[in-house]
Amino acid sequence: MRGTGPASTVRGEPSESELVVRRFLGRVAFYVFIVIVGAFFALPMVWLVLAPFDAHPTLNAALPDFTLGNFGDVLKDPYALSSLGVSILLAVGTMLLVVVLAAPAAYALSRVRLPGRDLLLYLLLLFSSIVTGTAAMVPLFLLIFDLGLTDTHLGVVLVLAGGLVPAGIFILKDFVDSIPTSYEESARLFGASSFQILRDIVLPYARPGLAVIAVWVMVNVWGNFLIPFILLRTPSSQPAAVVIYNFYTEGGQADLRLISTFGLLYSIPVVVMYLFVNRRYGFRFYGGLKG
Amino acid sequence: MMRRFAPMEDLDRTGRRTTSGLKPRSHGRLGVLFAAVVLIAAACSTSSTSPSSSGAVGASATTTSSAAPSGSSAVGGAPIALKISANAVVGGKNDLAAEWITTYVIPTFQQMMAAQGKNVTVTFAGSGAADEDYKTQLGLDFTTGGGADVIVGLDDIWVGEFAEAGYIKPLNQVGGAAVDSWDGWSQISQAAQDDMSYNGQRFGIASGLDGRVLYFNKDVMAAAGLPADWQPKSWADIITAAQAIKAKEPGVTPLQINAGTAMGEATTAQGFLPLLVGTGVNIYDATTKKWQGNTPQIQNVLKFYQQIYGGSGLGDPQIQLAAKGRDQSFLEFSQKKIGILLEGDYLWRSVINPKGGIDPEADRDTNIGYSLIPAMTPGSGIKGQDFVSISGGGGSVLNPNTKAPAEAWALLAFMSSKDAVTASVSKQVRITMRTDVNAATLAQDPLLTFVSTKVFPITAVRPGLAVYDQVSQALQLASQEVVAGKSPADAATDYQNALTKLVGADHIASGG
Amino acid sequence: MGASNATAVLPKRAAAAFVAPAFVLIAVFLIFPALWTLFLGLTDYALTGAQALHPQVVGAANYATALSDPRLLNSLWVTFVYVFGSAIVGQAVLGFILAWTLRAWRGPVRSAVEILVILAWIIPGSVVAFLWIAFLDTKEGTLNGLLGNAAIPWLFSWPLLSIIVVNIWRGTAFSMLLFGGALTTVPPSQLEAARLAGASGWQQIRDIVLPSIRGHILTNLLLISLWTFNDFAPFLITAGGPNFATDTLPVYIFRNAFRNLQFGYGAAISTIMLLINLVIGLAYLRVLRARD
Repeated sequence: MRGTGPASTVRGEPSESELVVRRFLGRVAFYVFIVIVGAFFALPMVWLVLAPFDAHPTLNAALPDFTLGNFGDVLKDPYALSSLGVSILLAVGTMLLVVVLAAPAAYALSRVRLPGRDLLLYLLLLFSSIVTGTAAMVPLFLLIFDLGLTDTHLGVVLVLAGGLVPAGIFILKDFVDSIPTSYEESARLFGASSFQILRDIVLPYARPGLAVIAVWVMVNVWGNFLIPFILLRTPSSQPAAVVIYNFYTEGGQADLRLISTFGLLYSIPVVVMYLFVNRRYGFRFYGGLKG
Repeated sequence: MMRRFAPMEDLDRTGRRTTSGLKPRSHGRLGVLFAAVVLIAAACSTSSTSPSSSGAVGASATTTSSAAPSGSSAVGGAPIALKISANAVVGGKNDLAAEWITTYVIPTFQQMMAAQGKNVTVTFAGSGAADEDYKTQLGLDFTTGGGADVIVGLDDIWVGEFAEAGYIKPLNQVGGAAVDSWDGWSQISQAAQDDMSYNGQRFGIASGLDGRVLYFNKDVMAAAGLPADWQPKSWADIITAAQAIKAKEPGVTPLQINAGTAMGEATTAQGFLPLLVGTGVNIYDATTKKWQGNTPQIQNVLKFYQQIYGGSGLGDPQIQLAAKGRDQSFLEFSQKKIGILLEGDYLWRSVINPKGGIDPEADRDTNIGYSLIPAMTPGSGIKGQDFVSISGGGGSVLNPNTKAPAEAWALLAFMSSKDAVTASVSKQVRITMRTDVNAATLAQDPLLTFVSTKVFPITAVRPGLAVYDQVSQALQLASQEVVAGKSPADAATDYQNALTKLVGADHIASGG
Repeated sequence: MGASNATAVLPKRAAAAFVAPAFVLIAVFLIFPALWTLFLGLTDYALTGAQALHPQVVGAANYATALSDPRLLNSLWVTFVYVFGSAIVGQAVLGFILAWTLRAWRGPVRSAVEILVILAWIIPGSVVAFLWIAFLDTKEGTLNGLLGNAAIPWLFSWPLLSIIVVNIWRGTAFSMLLFGGALTTVPPSQLEAARLAGASGWQQIRDIVLPSIRGHILTNLLLISLWTFNDFAPFLITAGGPNFATDTLPVYIFRNAFRNLQFGYGAAISTIMLLINLVIGLAYLRVLRARD
């Protein structure tokens, strides 16, 4: 977006004033681009911010006929609030399990040369796409039933984690691949164990990768309807992704007032979790690797 | 790990799996594969998965089915735990049904049982899902021999599928002789009893029936010069009225009749079938055991759809093809942007109801008119009728795996008793299955009275066969193809091809 | 990417211990049900009806049915356009541009743009569906309102384009984040040297950045095309319509497995989908290996 392409070098050294003009135009182009992108991402969300406060919301993102009554009506559903707690439990539980399992595995797979390693990982990814689809519903349900985990959150966490770990390993391995092995070699010379190396050297460097995985897992779990729906039966143990369907009528019709309000409530925790992870662990390391 | 496909015979009377569960009888090949997969999994995982023994797993089926959240404790006598499941949830979907079960049915029934010296604890597992999703949940529960003891809200068209899968059994096989001698049957019309029957046997008790009519906005009709008591005598009358609206009210979509796959069963039950019975046939003929294929009747229905959506501007094809088109049709009708709409009594009770409807219409009682759906031409309907309709409903069934069949039946019978049903309509009137309750409650509501007195005598029901659901989808697709521009003849041919795959050429009536 | 000479860094035994827990979970909760599903594809198993009680092995019959179904071919084409348009062209390119243009920025502008992009990614899918249905609504939608009450029926006239745009909106954050992380691994000294030598932005990207983050690019493309291939979200917005214009493979499977409860047939289509993904993956891996 900066610069204007190869033509400038063909013409030889640009003059000082040309540079100034070009930099100015580049800056303008940059801001125009940013404004367009920002609008593209922001506009569809306006409805979510306005409709919950509107006594008579339509699909129009209009200034609301202001009310807080919709929140009261949503909270009349005895499961509305608890479902958010369940969602947090499932999201954080699955996230921890995936991170704890995927990080060491990604490290090991990065450092040990195995024939067909990439293909194996990719096959696992493919399998995960089957299991997260609808066709595997019956096997998953029966598996959890046989393990005695029906109607437990553990069962949901295990199934979700099983589907997410391969991609977690896949993403993390790339981050680990880009960490030079020289630190580990010198640590080993000083007698560090493999676990110490993983904990004290690899993981700190892979922290942005871990943060990406953590948020990615939570986002996936947060929105997952199918797995908790088929594995859980007690209404009070259902997460928000399932409970949101309480706000449809017997005819399957959405109550816009309640749906938009619950949609906002449903979106806030995952946004807060993202902000927390982002602030605490950061999505990237600024300045890059030294050396 | 591989008892999954064990058929119901592998369950003993109490729903506990018998020890033969490890060798599924009729599914040896499946079993072999699962065994192989288990070995692979076990080899990979060694320690983590070893469900102790098949007996223990079987037992877990029964415990999860009944004891989950109750917290009941034995207070003398053998405690009996029962569970009711319904696609209803307090504070959400079908709120009133959930409230009725939790605040009326359960406490009253528990007291009743206590008076008989029985220690019965009833719990409620609600759900707020789409009906199709609820069906899947039920199916999954049944495959493991689990699920609630009394299942409320089983759609009538699922009865055949569930029965053929062995998931549900005739009521008198589960609940015993008390079922046939129940005094409530005399209050339930034959149509409502048939609604929850399969192969001539009663599998459940209906909870109510509905009916379809043509709704219209009187304001719109008046502007187009049509009477407030409009009653078309033929499809041509409907088209004429729609043309009049189109001419006088350019901002209004004159006529909307459900079509397309996005609306699902609403297309079949509130669109295609009410039209089809107006041509003289129902989709399935029980005496010849034949389905309507590419017949003149099917083609006439498709031609009528073409008249509405094929460029005439009488109907809005976008509504029929959009994902949430039915919501849109409700909203636009309540805003007087649709003139005439074919729908069930659900529209009146729950959508445009000024009190608590989704799209409340303040002047519903004065502005919304309704009329009978005419046959294609006078006298061309089934049984030579001038007017026709389609009814449907749902009901409650007993889980054949219940540990306490006698008490489960007692609970179902109580839920279908006059007192209980009267309590269920105390907050919102609907047409129940009981004639005594209807007689006492419906008078307050003109539309429901209209449906129960004028529509029910001429109505027809959908066939309760396992394959119906798929035939229904083929019909939805045929109507969609016409809305999207295909010729009725081609759409009918496509439909016949799909139908042949489903039921075989021997079971298709394609005469003409 | 110093993995090659590294056996000394991590003893085999330790590596096995690191991998084992993840693979136990994967074996039980992924491989086992997935193989089971593949097997179901050879049967006529359905959740209800007679086939639930007595499922039969029907061999390749499901595949024969599938291949003779014109809707499946339609679904394959729709899916291909959807993946290519929204993942490969849309998310990857927009994500890279954002990561690149924002990399040197600090302060509120950058934070604001990033948070908007990321919000779109983390808002739950069912809510996203509502947002876009509202945004694109013909009569009341915000978009048509901005266009001066244009009343364009987006989801009706441009259904595939609409869901492609939605998926770009939804998924760009992942590519932006992954590329953002990857760009920090490009040695700043090299970029500095190139800049001093007078290379334009595009030249820096082409000659230095893209080659050095090639692994990340391929990982990204692999993941987002796989995810988009399996993306079920369009169903919530268009239900596969109008008239199958957005009937992607996952929607096709959903209709057959979840709505018709024909799990044998649904599993067979899942297998076909897996094979297609395998081909795509092998192609990517081939490129990936060419880099070593």
